[in-house]
Amino acid sequence: MKIGIYPGCSLTGSARDYNESVFALAKAFDIELVQVPDWNCCGATAAHNLNKELSLSLPARILATAEKNGLDEVLVPCAACYSRLAVTQHELKMNPELKNRIGEIIGMDYRGTTKLINVIEWIDAYIIPNLEGRITKPFDYKVACYYGCLMVRPNKVLNYDRAEDPQTMDIAMEKIGAHPLYFPFKTECCGAGLSVSRTEIVAKLSGKIIEDAEHRGADTLIVACPMCHSNLDMRRPSINKYWESDFKLPVMYVTQAIGLAVGLTAKDVGLQRHFVKVNIS
Amino acid sequence: MARIGVFVCHCGENISATVDCHKVAETVGKLKHVAFSTDYKYMCSDPGQTLIKEAIKEHNLTGIVVSACSPRMHEPTFRKAAAEAGLNPFLCEMANLREHCSWVHEKNDMTTDKAIDLVRTLVEKVKINSALQPIKVPVTKTALVIGGGIAGIQSALDIANTGHKVILVERSPSIGGHMSQLSETFPTLDCSQCILTPRMVEVAQHPNITLYTYAEVEGLDGFIGNFTVKIRKKSKSLDEKICTGCGLCTTKCPQKKIPNEFEEGLGFRPAIYVPFPQAVPNKPVIDREHCTYYIKGKCKVCEVVCPTKAIRFDQPDEVIEVQIGAIVIATGFDIKRADFFPEYGFGKYKDVIDGLQFERLASASGPTSGAILRPSDGQVPKNIVFVACAGSRDPAKGIAYCSKICCMYTAKHAMLYKHKVHEGKASIFYMDIRSAGKNYEEFVRRAIEEDYVNYIRGRVSTIYERDGKLIVKGVDTLLGGQPVEIVADMVVLATAGVANHGAEELAQRLHVSYDSHKFFAEAHPKLKPVETNTAGIFLAGACQNPKDIPDSVSQASGAAVKVAALFSQNELTREPLVAFVNRTAPPLYSTCVGCFLCQSVCPYQAIEREDFKTRDGKIIKTVAKINEGLCQGCGTCVALCRSKSIDLHGYTNNQMYTEVMALLNEY
Repeated sequence: MKIGIYPGCSLTGSARDYNESVFALAKAFDIELVQVPDWNCCGATAAHNLNKELSLSLPARILATAEKNGLDEVLVPCAACYSRLAVTQHELKMNPELKNRIGEIIGMDYRGTTKLINVIEWIDAYIIPNLEGRITKPFDYKVACYYGCLMVRPNKVLNYDRAEDPQTMDIAMEKIGAHPLYFPFKTECCGAGLSVSRTEIVAKLSGKIIEDAEHRGADTLIVACPMCHSNLDMRRPSINKYWESDFKLPVMYVTQAIGLAVGLTAKDVGLQRHFVKVNIS
Repeated sequence: MARIGVFVCHCGENISATVDCHKVAETVGKLKHVAFSTDYKYMCSDPGQTLIKEAIKEHNLTGIVVSACSPRMHEPTFRKAAAEAGLNPFLCEMANLREHCSWVHEKNDMTTDKAIDLVRTLVEKVKINSALQPIKVPVTKTALVIGGGIAGIQSALDIANTGHKVILVERSPSIGGHMSQLSETFPTLDCSQCILTPRMVEVAQHPNITLYTYAEVEGLDGFIGNFTVKIRKKSKSLDEKICTGCGLCTTKCPQKKIPNEFEEGLGFRPAIYVPFPQAVPNKPVIDREHCTYYIKGKCKVCEVVCPTKAIRFDQPDEVIEVQIGAIVIATGFDIKRADFFPEYGFGKYKDVIDGLQFERLASASGPTSGAILRPSDGQVPKNIVFVACAGSRDPAKGIAYCSKICCMYTAKHAMLYKHKVHEGKASIFYMDIRSAGKNYEEFVRRAIEEDYVNYIRGRVSTIYERDGKLIVKGVDTLLGGQPVEIVADMVVLATAGVANHGAEELAQRLHVSYDSHKFFAEAHPKLKPVETNTAGIFLAGACQNPKDIPDSVSQASGAAVKVAALFSQNELTREPLVAFVNRTAPPLYSTCVGCFLCQSVCPYQAIEREDFKTRDGKIIKTVAKINEGLCQGCGTCVALCRSKSIDLHGYTNNQMYTEVMALLNEY
């Protein structure tokens, strides 16, 4: 079983832990992840604020490259990259004229045939159905699943899960023996790209998410987005300073939790790289 | 030999200011077969009409073209004048020189030329017009009213009071509808039941009204004045004639935990039940879906305790067929329930309720006898939040329209709460306050100024539960978009009003059009708000769109008048401008090949099948046949007919072709 993967910048930098856990989990389930060769930046938050054609051209080049290399299905673990790629695919599908224009810009043949999946779709399709008999260490913890903004939105484009109350991660967590909590903050904003420019806003918003999860007795937050993770984990000192508190709630990637449950070690899934210590192994 | 008369009207100066009317009359007067042509200042006036009548007689005219305003305005006038002079009214045509020419063009020769063209095309047409006779259809003077809410009740009573028979069909066990569930009504705060129940009793006792509750309309055939309706009277499992309505059975039924529909799930009822104490008829029915006997095959406690032995477990449904002349649809509306709103908890928070549930809480006959108590723990909510426009005016939710009644009932709810919980705090999140209606705005002001209801202009993004409280997060747009967070004990969602369940199926059964929201569609949004596109079927109340009680009652009376007007005639006269299938000599009979494509496109179900048979009954050929009672003369079938076998009286293909050719040919 072979699937393409587009890592984007996060997974090769600040989210190496996420990257390691995705690859470790794939290996455990005999899925070969093939990196899209010669991949480029997805445009992130910058491109679509500056230039529409640029914001579509960058993802279109990635998709065209995947097509050229015969990667019919591409996993995009970063929620932001996934959103950029999926939105581009949708816009170009809806607007053939624009599709031709972007094709000219990137100088490549873009067809838009690649099937994009994010991590929760990947887990839903390839991991959950094969979990039976694989759980060696049930993940017996109370978890608060945090989806953030980009996993299931814009719903019109992604058409996956329930936009206001997504369920995929909660279901996955139940399958590995965890106890997903009722968590009303599951799609609230973490502060996203304001992490660098307006850190106090991230501290305020991410703090609310952590406070509510702690209040409900969660042992860990479960996320599937490098941006959310860095805001909730790396920005913890700012959060604690803003809220004048000492939140210790760890933040784990969904792939890390499943990895541990199927017998991977803490190191396999990169838990040692977290800023907030994870006392779960 | 055709002898055509042309009468050019100046319409004061409306036409003559830009069109040279005299020249038009003169030019057209020279055309072949035009025996008489003149112009006059006001052709519709009495002298003008006399001029036409006398010219018809004097010149023995075989057709006339009145060249004046729109036929929408005065065609009936001139056709009547023609008829009075002995000319078949359908041999009178109107050229529209006003709306189609003088009002839209400058004064110059081209405008006059266009006027001449308009007249001479009709001169050519009227030459080949046929004398048509009005269509007469008989009328069955019994009305069917579907739905026993306030609109249906009002319509039924109004029709019955004109002396005509009415059959009122209601699908639930009692009439009364949503109005019977309401606590008090805006803007007077009078008790809903107190004003409604006397009407319900009147319906039951009216000699002209036959009431079928627990019954549904299954099918409809026929046309205006001559409908045949199939009604399924669902089995009540009880002999109503013997039952005294003592209610003993309802107290002894061992099934007691069925969510009570009338209480909007806030209370329970047994399997044999009367929906509410003031129900009409006040006799129970057995809900077979929940009855222990029907589920497990034994119990029959009700049969044992019934003092008059009225229980009939084996009673079947009864399907009856009735002849009626007109129908009033008054099937009402429904509301979205809290489970439609994922952002407000998908209905999983017990203390997030909808407007109808609040009505039951506030009602003296409700599950709490009128005390405002939280459904979760029975405590009095100290802080209550109302969310107006929950779903309404929200295209993302698929409901772009305003539900109209929520602004007012939310103000009423907040008021009722404050009247009962004096120290409590009530807040309303709203988009706009739409309080157009007699004494409505004053009512809202009272809520704000006298009852200190806290109105917050902004929407609620999310509601969640924390430590037994409901956290309502919204925005105050009048404070510059500041986020607002209220820790509430209870939240009432003014959820969108939507079409009642089953509305779409009923519309299809009745061949009545409905809109994309499944509300029944009126024939014209302004001038025919009570009629449907199907002749003889009328609308009343919220089945058309969400309406409050006064609007529903007004429309119900309007529908009743339409029915009464229909029933005031023994025969219906219709304009004969309907489609017809041609006839030829045997063995062809008609050029129609019986493909029946026309049947599928006819919006009025006016196309039937007609068999030509030999004397021994063998079918030789089946062709289309137009039901003149139903046909509205839209011409869709004419356009579609592949063998050109259908044509439209008054607007035949040949007539249209002649008009076009007249335009193309020099004169």
